[in-house]
Amino acid sequence: MPDLGKYADAVLSAYALSVVLIVALIVVSVLRSNRMRTDLQTIEKKLKTDG
Amino acid sequence: MNLNTLWEYANPKKFIQTTDRVLPWVAGLAALTLGAGLVWGFFFTPDDYRQGSTVKIIYLHVPSALMAINAWLMMLITSLVWIVRRHHVSALAARAAAPVGLVMTLIALLTGAIWGQPMWGTWWAWDPRLTSFLILFLFYLGYIALWAAIENDDTAADLTSILCLVGSVFALLSRYAVNFWNQGLHQGASLSVAPGERMAMTFKLPLYVSMAGFVLLFVALVLMRTRTEIRARRLRVLIARQRMEHA
Amino acid sequence: MRAGGGFGLGLSFFLIVVVLVPFSVGPQNALLAEIAPGVLWLGALLACLLSLDRIFALDWEDGSLDLLATSPLPMEAIVSVKALAHWLTTGLPLVLAAPVLGLLLSLPQEGYRWVIISLFLGTPALSVIGTFGAALTVGLKRGGLLLSLLVLPLYVPTLIFGAEVARRGAEGLAVTTPLLLLAGITCGTIALLPFASAAVLRVNLR
Repeated sequence: MPDLGKYADAVLSAYALSVVLIVALIVVSVLRSNRMRTDLQTIEKKLKTDG
Repeated sequence: MNLNTLWEYANPKKFIQTTDRVLPWVAGLAALTLGAGLVWGFFFTPDDYRQGSTVKIIYLHVPSALMAINAWLMMLITSLVWIVRRHHVSALAARAAAPVGLVMTLIALLTGAIWGQPMWGTWWAWDPRLTSFLILFLFYLGYIALWAAIENDDTAADLTSILCLVGSVFALLSRYAVNFWNQGLHQGASLSVAPGERMAMTFKLPLYVSMAGFVLLFVALVLMRTRTEIRARRLRVLIARQRMEHA
Repeated sequence: MRAGGGFGLGLSFFLIVVVLVPFSVGPQNALLAEIAPGVLWLGALLACLLSLDRIFALDWEDGSLDLLATSPLPMEAIVSVKALAHWLTTGLPLVLAAPVLGLLLSLPQEGYRWVIISLFLGTPALSVIGTFGAALTVGLKRGGLLLSLLVLPLYVPTLIFGAEVARRGAEGLAVTTPLLLLAGITCGTIALLPFASAAVLRVNLR
């Protein structure tokens, strides 16, 4: 851990906030990507058996 | 690359096939570069003699600000491609990029405020740069809201493309207007810290790595989200077809 | 062509906003005089926003917009006339009401001229930009809130230069530069934005 001196709060909160936002964006994108893939597979399979 | 092969990726199927192979590499490289840049910046850079350790915020602030603007530029270009050549992937890529750009703008604003507090003694000042980013944030919100409000995919793509074009012109106008307006208030006394001015290599190198990391992160996220949008669009088409058959 | 009613609504809203300002910031005349140009501009802008969703709504509901679209008149002309109608029924009354409301805010003597001039020059841009927003959201149910979200960021340059003219005028400073820029924005939007509005309307009528 580097010595951040009197500005430790500012630097740490900036990094924490940014990392949280970026991770949240990635998680949301990955979850939606997976859900859309499975949804599409389900309906395509169903269409194949129907037709 | 010759242009004919480039347009091939406008075919949704081809796009998904190609990104199947490319995406893991881009994502891995993004994680590596971004991780390296931020760890380097946070742990292994010296403090600035004037700004102390707050200078470490630059490794988040400048790259996110860069991507906030570049994301809008990318949306402008893909919107134009949609209007001119009507490739669905292009319109969907613009849709996929908007939330990423919104988060980048938010990171730039938040880290800027956190940096401004100890340096300028205030969280927020109506400085031209800060104000422009706040306005950019509003443009992203409006653009995303318009996509969400319209049910028909092609109509939504058309309307948001035109909004993106008109919005770009007005965003530029706002940038100049804000410059003018703030000078009117403060007689040119700007609070902005100009980055890059007489910056030593010890600060510059990790900044470049971090910028590359943000660019790669953006590319990886947009590729993944575009794939999602392509699948979502196909899903809507299939559901609509099914409903028609059963009706 | 109909403007879509609500003639007095914008004016009443303008009046109410201005009356509410002293309640929120306090009754000190010096403070009110200082912020009067900005308050008048913001009030006019919001009053203008209020009636935007009526620009196309009635014609959309009864199908006369489809009829207009098939008429020999180009779509660009239709949206321009719609914007003009909106300005005549909303913008112009606001310009005329502004000096009266300036009295309530103890606007400085030199300010009256510049508030009227800046609003007269700026409100046409507000109507034209608003027509673009109304064309974007014409088919949507509950499009009013979205319309505000889309149009307000586009209003930023007009508001900045318009309010700057009024403020500088009230303080007795030179107004030429912001006045020219405001006129430039108004002329530019009147000349170019109808093409975007027409394109958007054609998409929505498809």
